[in-house]
Amino acid sequence: MIGNYPLHLMILVLLWGYIYTSWSLMGRMGMVSFGHGAFMGIGAYTVVMLWNHYGVSPWIGAPAALAVAAVVAIVIAYPCFRFRIVGHYFALVTLALSEVTRLVFTAMREQTGGSLGATPNGALTEGASVALGALQFSSKWVWLAIVAVFWLGGLWVWRAVDRSMGRLALQAISEEEEAAASVGIHVTRAKLRITLVSALMTCAGGILYAQYQLYVNPDTVSGIAISLQMVFGVIAGGMFVMLGPTVGAAFTLLLAEGLRLAWGNRFPALDSTIYGLMLVLFIIYMPKGILGAALDAVRRR
Amino acid sequence: MEIFDIFLLEAVLNGLLLGGLLALLSLGLNLIFGVIDVVWICYAELIMCGMYAVYYLHVQYHWPLIAAMAAAIVMVALLGVVLHQLVIRPVLSAEPINQLLVTGGVLFFLQAAATLAFGIDFKNLGVSLPPVRLGEMSFSAARLVAFGAALAGVLGLYLFLNKTYLGTAIRAISQDRAVMPLMGVDPGRVFVITSAIGGALAGLGACLLVLQYDVHPAIGLSFGPIIFLICVLGGLGSMAGGLVAAFVFAQFISVGGFFFAIEWGYVIAFAFFIAMMFVRPQGLFRR
Repeated sequence: MIGNYPLHLMILVLLWGYIYTSWSLMGRMGMVSFGHGAFMGIGAYTVVMLWNHYGVSPWIGAPAALAVAAVVAIVIAYPCFRFRIVGHYFALVTLALSEVTRLVFTAMREQTGGSLGATPNGALTEGASVALGALQFSSKWVWLAIVAVFWLGGLWVWRAVDRSMGRLALQAISEEEEAAASVGIHVTRAKLRITLVSALMTCAGGILYAQYQLYVNPDTVSGIAISLQMVFGVIAGGMFVMLGPTVGAAFTLLLAEGLRLAWGNRFPALDSTIYGLMLVLFIIYMPKGILGAALDAVRRR
Repeated sequence: MEIFDIFLLEAVLNGLLLGGLLALLSLGLNLIFGVIDVVWICYAELIMCGMYAVYYLHVQYHWPLIAAMAAAIVMVALLGVVLHQLVIRPVLSAEPINQLLVTGGVLFFLQAAATLAFGIDFKNLGVSLPPVRLGEMSFSAARLVAFGAALAGVLGLYLFLNKTYLGTAIRAISQDRAVMPLMGVDPGRVFVITSAIGGALAGLGACLLVLQYDVHPAIGLSFGPIIFLICVLGGLGSMAGGLVAAFVFAQFISVGGFFFAIEWGYVIAFAFFIAMMFVRPQGLFRR
């Protein structure tokens, strides 16, 4: 039997792998978003708040959260694309978005518990391990199955996008927007479509994360820190290959856990220090990430 | 009603003081973007390093405060040069987005390294200036000092860029990177000097911030985003725009925080930023 700890790690790797994959759908097309923390936070908080304050089941809360995320994505992304806000500017506008959501969650402390975070009301009765209506499961195997399905779904979407005409259009756009428009590509529509897919998938990831951890906190599900975590996880693993984001998630998690097992808690931020250093080196010398570079090396043989 | 007004006035004036500080903080970032065309996402973390330098030199090694601050400014200036030589130079011809992300990696690294070296606890300089009273309003003296120093910094940079040969070369490079090398300006040298000046401005910002706030490893995240948004709102690379944007932003934060909770002040400021991006995507002042 596999113990709870390795199971927990596997769940986290697949869950973050799924979220990173969602981010990379946009990132690989040259749309570097620092705002995906907002979508994750909207997913996590909408479901938990509806459940805690109104007793609304996550099965209804989830579509509500997705609807909110879709509206936010369109309200921010449509003008961005319409007015050709790209590159640095797009990154910084989305950064503002993720900070706004974090601050809103913090400021509504009457409802959300502010920076102390909130716990969904427990629905598991004595002896039961499943509360289907509340989307709460105490068995890690159930969670592993759920996140595995989402992860596979995420990879399927990645591949579907990769094989579609839309990808060619988006790649043309990321190279040269004006030229793409001149050959008849509807730039705004093409970008908006992939943004919606990416944002909704990330929102779903936020819902799963909150229900699995049974805890939400403005700083751990939204804000600039979590947005940067997604960006860097994808860069570390490899932005342009299907399993790159998952490799990034596995790499960062195993690095942190490995160092913790080796040295205990004597050096609290050693893993992030090494990780930060490696990120800088990756971006300079290995911009395709771990998996991208490995695949290149194999191909050259 | 009269009391209400005097507190509102106090909020407006405090916003003005905050604006001066934010203007200084965004100045260095703007200069670097304007000249080198790279956004230092880790700018706030350089400021954090400067705050730690002041703290350790003054509290641990008992340097006089002024000496500790001077040393911190020099140290952060050197840090800026190191950052440019080790991290920015290799990616100068890479895709713009890699240039943005690489300094994000530095942000991560500096924040974690600070946690590793100094721990996560808040460190207080232990220097407290008495509040200044003006009628029924009271202002923090640290903020007044910061405001004065920030204005001096802005003015100093303006004179340097406009009255010296080196400053003229820096402005020339920022206007045309391709032609200036033909005129005998060495862009590499200008970049290094600009990085040093940008670092020194971050160091000055650190000296002013450490008088008002405790230093801890994550402090960069609390004001870093604001600095970027100010630069973008003003038009990246436009210093005049950055100054105006800093004061606008500070008023939103201060007066918004006066009417609601302080976070709402920030929310309003950020929402205003997003809305402005759609109205004027190139910022208030187009470069």
